[in-house]
Amino acid sequence: MWGILSQKLGAARGLSSQVVGNYVLRLRLAPSAMPMRHYSSATKEMTVRDALNSALDEEMAADPNVFVMGEEVGEYQGAYKITKGLLDKYGPERVVDTPITEAGFAGIGVGSAYHGLRPVIEFMTFNFSMQAIDHIINSAAKSNYMSAGQINVPIVFRGPNGPAAGVGAQHSQCYGAWYGSVPGLKVLVPYSSEDARGLLKAAIRDPDPVVFLENELLYGETFPISAEALDSSFCLPIGKAKIEREGKDITITAFSKMVGYALKAAEILEKEGINAEVINLRSIRPLDRATINASVRKTNRLVTVEEGFPQHGVGAEICATVVEDSFGYLDAPVERIAGADVPTPYAANLERMAFPQIEDIVRAAKRACYRSVPMAASA
Amino acid sequence: MASSSLTKSKTSIIHHLKSTKFPLLYFTNHTSSIRNSHNLLHTISSPPLPVPRCATSSRINPFIVFSRCFESVCVGRRLHSAASASNDVRQFPAEAPSQQVLDFPGGKVKFTPKLAFTSGSTEERVPCYRVLDDSGQPIIDSDSLKISKELAVKMYSDMVTLEVMDTIFYEAQRQGRISFYATTMGEEAINIASAAALHNDDFVFPQYREPGVLLWRGFPLQEFAHQCFGNKYDNGKGRQMPIHYGSRKHNYFTVASTVATQIPHAVGAAYSLKMEKQDSCVITYFGDGGSSTADFHAAVNFAAVLEVPVIFFCRNNGWAISTPINEQLRSDGIVVRGKAYGVPSIRIDGNDALAIYSAVHKARKMAIEEQTPVLIEALTYRTGHHSTSDDSTKYRSIDEIEQWRGGQNPVKRFRKWMESKGWWSDEAESEHHCSTRKQLSQAIQAAEQVEKPTIADMFNDVYDVLPKNLMEQEAFIRKTIKKHTQDYPSDVPL
Repeated sequence: MWGILSQKLGAARGLSSQVVGNYVLRLRLAPSAMPMRHYSSATKEMTVRDALNSALDEEMAADPNVFVMGEEVGEYQGAYKITKGLLDKYGPERVVDTPITEAGFAGIGVGSAYHGLRPVIEFMTFNFSMQAIDHIINSAAKSNYMSAGQINVPIVFRGPNGPAAGVGAQHSQCYGAWYGSVPGLKVLVPYSSEDARGLLKAAIRDPDPVVFLENELLYGETFPISAEALDSSFCLPIGKAKIEREGKDITITAFSKMVGYALKAAEILEKEGINAEVINLRSIRPLDRATINASVRKTNRLVTVEEGFPQHGVGAEICATVVEDSFGYLDAPVERIAGADVPTPYAANLERMAFPQIEDIVRAAKRACYRSVPMAASA
Repeated sequence: MASSSLTKSKTSIIHHLKSTKFPLLYFTNHTSSIRNSHNLLHTISSPPLPVPRCATSSRINPFIVFSRCFESVCVGRRLHSAASASNDVRQFPAEAPSQQVLDFPGGKVKFTPKLAFTSGSTEERVPCYRVLDDSGQPIIDSDSLKISKELAVKMYSDMVTLEVMDTIFYEAQRQGRISFYATTMGEEAINIASAAALHNDDFVFPQYREPGVLLWRGFPLQEFAHQCFGNKYDNGKGRQMPIHYGSRKHNYFTVASTVATQIPHAVGAAYSLKMEKQDSCVITYFGDGGSSTADFHAAVNFAAVLEVPVIFFCRNNGWAISTPINEQLRSDGIVVRGKAYGVPSIRIDGNDALAIYSAVHKARKMAIEEQTPVLIEALTYRTGHHSTSDDSTKYRSIDEIEQWRGGQNPVKRFRKWMESKGWWSDEAESEHHCSTRKQLSQAIQAAEQVEKPTIADMFNDVYDVLPKNLMEQEAFIRKTIKKHTQDYPSDVPL
């Protein structure tokens, strides 16, 4: 039907069916976020929410073994509307609303993956994944190894991770470091819509268990998206970081929402003559050591940014990596910016102080460039 | 019965009151409501209170008689049909409610004005299905399937093989040849008879005390030995402790030490079977201890909601390491939990091979045809220690163990039945024992001499494709071993 429509439109306007086809594709995908520039094939836009929804939709259409399971994913259209419309399209057998038992539905998901289905398990937030962590680690991550390759687990665990806004200590923890330490898991951290689409598709197609850490505040953000990324076969490689902004004075690594903060910090630093390179990690496990080290060898200075707790965090791992591989290239100690070492407070002012802000990244970069007095060791 | 005594009491009251010159109207008006409300009495479950004697003499103030009777009714006493009608003066309050139901989410439910809690304990336990008695003779009228001689002989001889395998491997651990072992002593019938009732394409999610299922399906004794020794022929590539068998080929999922995690896995696999509309089911085994876990409850609940073809087989052997059953739970075993979740359930004699066979056969049929989970609780006894790391004489009496090893022993009971049918004999027994022992000793000797898995097997299968960092680590370790051979064991191949 869309094909005929696009031909008719094309004939009426004398346009190539390719361009019209893109227009029609855009209409279908995200009508709310459409700019009115039909004739250009660049700068289409899409929210992260729509990116995830379209990725799920396309993968479910392409492979009948893919199914979604979680609390509120069906009738409620998803706690954050990521699974909107999927129940109507694919039915209750492929979009399964579950009782409140993360341990239960994670275990059941793993069992179905043992037998060849490809479940996408949604946790309402990754804080609730702690109820199911035995199944994620002992039943999913380690199975292929412990069964000597007889049982692989093509499962995806996805959901919002890290702090949102005013949700308190039990709803704000970042699990990147926890899952990132487990062999057998792959851990992905998308930032933009393109990341969301490409990485979720890659995760669903991957034969290994994948933990897919999203961010609630990014769901509503709009990003430009290329035509290539909108194609249903689009996939990003797992384990490759992206250099969001090239620079030569200092490397800033970040993931998820902090990529946006790092980019803004880089703009501020630019005005002060510091040319920052921002790396969007995209993948915590496997960590793209090669890209990080190549960048540090170029800039000689490093700031790592994350929202999670500092001890044993992602930044700690990146620092160790750089010390192992590129120690001689460092001109300054690595600066590690992380969330405060406290359970997240609720009050808005306290919450703001508990997580990295753009100014923190700017100040850290300046310290690494010896432009300001370093912090005292006890601070 | 109650209604007739009610009407009797009604007439006796009327008669009584006539004699005391009390208005009759009050009662006759309520005859119909009395009849209706007699149902209420039947629902009362509290034990009958002693009957207060109402007046036998007509000199009693009728008002007092009335009020006393009303009191006793309000407390909800059950009528005694044994009590004489003339003494038995009970009546009902005028406003007896009719059978109203309320339609809450979840369905219609009758309501009751009686404040009564269901008892936590049951007076009578769920009965246990049995085919053979203690001396191996079929109980008359027992429902059971007829099995062929061929099947019976395979069942019995596999039970003996399992017993001998357990004995020999246990001894091997004690001799220090393998690091660990756990026997299935006392549960041979559960292992073999349940496997015999399934088809080979039914998936098995074991705990760890069910190697007999794998044995039944043809997993060779030599392979059991290879796994216990963790050598290079182990199809588990030496990744796990002994007894953690697994074979995709035999549809037997690799044993994991985590207790009861296999239960929700089984439900997920059954969901997958249901989506594929396969003509097979999933069975999962766990012990009485495993039924206390969160995984058990979530999985059974879910299975009922999802309506999947899975058999939950609980081996209630009385002990969870050193925790006896009465410290594990206070319900009537595990069978009553099925009902709590809406799952059809049965309790069976876990030392009776024929009972197990019939029950699992029927459960499989139900699970597949009706797409429903089924719960089987098999009562049995763990005559061995929990594992080679345990000495159960420390927490239970040797007499108790010996008693169960004796007459109740499932292998002995089944053997008696086999011999009564003329399908087994002493010669067959000693021959089978001998040849199995020999096979196993040879298997152990052979497995002991095989090389361990290579270094490459340390790094592969973590992911589907060997990632770069692991390739680097493997290269690094090979280089280190080459450089410092004296620091590494010489019998581990590279």
